[in-house]
Amino acid sequence: MQTQYGTLELARVFQWLHDLLVSTGIPEPWLTVVIYGLLGAMMFGVLAVLALFLVWWERKIAGHIQQRFGPMRHGWHGWYQTIMDAIKLLQKEDILVETRDKPVFFWAPVIAFVAAFLAYIVIPFGKGLVVADLNVGILYIIAVTTFTVISLLMAGWGSNNKYALLGGMRSAAQVVSYEVPMVVSILTVIVFVGSLSMVDIVKAQSGIFVLDWNIVHPLGLIAFVTYITAATAEANRTPFDLPEAEQELVAGYNVEYSGMKFAMFFLAEFVNMFTVSAIATTLFLGGWNGPFLPSWVWFLLKTLAVVLLLMLFRWTFPRLRVDQLMEFAWKFLVPVTFANLILAGIAKYLGLYW
Amino acid sequence: MSKLHTEEFVVNMGPHHPSTHGVCRLMLTMDGERVVKIEPVIGYLHRAIEKMCENRTYVQCIPLMDRFEYVTSMSADMVFSLATEHLAEVEVPERAQYLRVIMLELNRIASHLIFYGVTAMDIGALTPFLYGLREREKIIDLFEMTCGNRLTYNYIRPGGVSKDIPPEFVPQCREVIKLIRSKLIDYEGLLNENPIWLARNKGVGVMPPELGISYGVSGPVLRASGVEYDIRRDDPYCIYDRFDFDVAVRHNGDCYDRYLVRLDEIKQSCRIIEQALDGLPEGEFKVKKINPFTFKPPAGETYARIENSRGEMGCYLVSDGTNKPFRVKLRGGSFNQLQALPYFGTGGLIADVVAIFASIDVILPEVDR
Repeated sequence: MQTQYGTLELARVFQWLHDLLVSTGIPEPWLTVVIYGLLGAMMFGVLAVLALFLVWWERKIAGHIQQRFGPMRHGWHGWYQTIMDAIKLLQKEDILVETRDKPVFFWAPVIAFVAAFLAYIVIPFGKGLVVADLNVGILYIIAVTTFTVISLLMAGWGSNNKYALLGGMRSAAQVVSYEVPMVVSILTVIVFVGSLSMVDIVKAQSGIFVLDWNIVHPLGLIAFVTYITAATAEANRTPFDLPEAEQELVAGYNVEYSGMKFAMFFLAEFVNMFTVSAIATTLFLGGWNGPFLPSWVWFLLKTLAVVLLLMLFRWTFPRLRVDQLMEFAWKFLVPVTFANLILAGIAKYLGLYW
Repeated sequence: MSKLHTEEFVVNMGPHHPSTHGVCRLMLTMDGERVVKIEPVIGYLHRAIEKMCENRTYVQCIPLMDRFEYVTSMSADMVFSLATEHLAEVEVPERAQYLRVIMLELNRIASHLIFYGVTAMDIGALTPFLYGLREREKIIDLFEMTCGNRLTYNYIRPGGVSKDIPPEFVPQCREVIKLIRSKLIDYEGLLNENPIWLARNKGVGVMPPELGISYGVSGPVLRASGVEYDIRRDDPYCIYDRFDFDVAVRHNGDCYDRYLVRLDEIKQSCRIIEQALDGLPEGEFKVKKINPFTFKPPAGETYARIENSRGEMGCYLVSDGTNKPFRVKLRGGSFNQLQALPYFGTGGLIADVVAIFASIDVILPEVDR
């Protein structure tokens, strides 16, 4: 069904809404604004719930790895524990440091929160379930996910705290360094598919189940491994969680934040983790392709599997030192990904991509 | 382009910091992430234990000793009891001697298990901490079964031990030893070959043996630098000369070797406990003649020392013939290790300081007393 809202599964709903609003007599440009606003609110709601779920899930996984239960008190296996935590954080006093850089301190969590959600505009959650199918989708994602580093740097600077400053500086160095291998890993897929659009990338993997995924190709597998490594660093998770290394920097960039401002950083972190997993699913694991189940279920299952992988990393590995982190990025990951990209180009030229 | 102007700055690590193991304060002078100077500031946990001992009878001092070194409070009880027995020339019954050895070695294992977990946590691996504490829990259960306490045991007293072990202690203790032996394989598999663990620990914080000796460093930290010195073997107290065990030594003196020495010591302690359980005789577990209130050792002075899990633990005791000590001076291994830290801990990054601080396994009550 081709409407002005694209070829979405949800297009019918929005067409209906459009017709409803037309009957109330709202003029045309405002109509689109209202509808996209509603769409944004819906995305935000879904992702906020997902982030809350991920926090709970991580705590349960951590608990079971460590031979304990994790949250157990609130509901079945503590399922609404994070909701209670969020309510608690909302009620908390917002403690402010006198010597802070006021605007920078205030805007840092806001930017972190917004930047975390921006990427979802182009991520296809299911067949046709995408807000906007940009023809430069993946480029857009790479651009907006880098916003996170600005917020961390702002938080580190604005707090006027040495630990926070060190954390902010570390995050800037780390995210900028790992951006390079991450983008080059993504380029491998783009070379294969020949398109920057997320939807096209998923469609290119829609043949036989599993066998048509990019990860099955040997070069795609290498790209997947390098991407996951770099993405772990992008999402600031162990073994690359140096910006908030608890044992060294207490809490890193968010040491001076409390209450809801802290919660915004915290939720943004989990949304970021979901983002990098969703990108991995789209690029390497066939996106929403899969038999029998609805497409969005497949997408969620695959993404949560990648999230699980990241969580297992966190509760298994020690943390790297900051110089070793940089060496790993520039001396190992960057050469490997570039070599992989060149091989991918040759493979594409020789027709070895299936 | 002119050279960028940089400035050193001071970071106050502690007294409230997740990885200073208590209330230690390290003033780090930093050049960016690089640590140029470490200045330990101690005294936040000073409770005047030595002075308080002067107002208590000898047996009443034992609970204070538990607070002197709460991670291995058996050792602290032991060193004070040993000094008192030297003064009064009390002969301790055979069974009590064996029970003391079993408890001391169990406590050493418990302490090293905490070290294993806490060090892993300081390096960033959060899970081994829970594993270490899980096995420690079994040892603590044994202590609870014997003396009713889980942390401050108040068990080893002048003239023997406070209570005899219950009949189910020996089989359960053997099981715990078996469990710890099997879990040690897991521990080693989790970290020993882990590339990140090696990168963070190998060659970090190398302490030359001369530096260690000149600062009075002892115990596992010194043995990791290649000095084969263990009071249990070189100056045997209690009945340690009857047991067959090796002194764990490593030669590089870095964080990784300090970690390995402690794991080796757990194995040796298991050997000692098994021998002690085999040879445990029947009989009295304390001498009858020590009355907690009227016990008066003759005037004189003595120094007793034992091998604690953190190095040499000593007690210098002066008696004036009354039922209260005239002067008590305690020596904890942690103090010397912390004093040596500024001389081998600098030059690395802030993450290295955390790793080194964890590897010397300082606990603050022993430093501040």
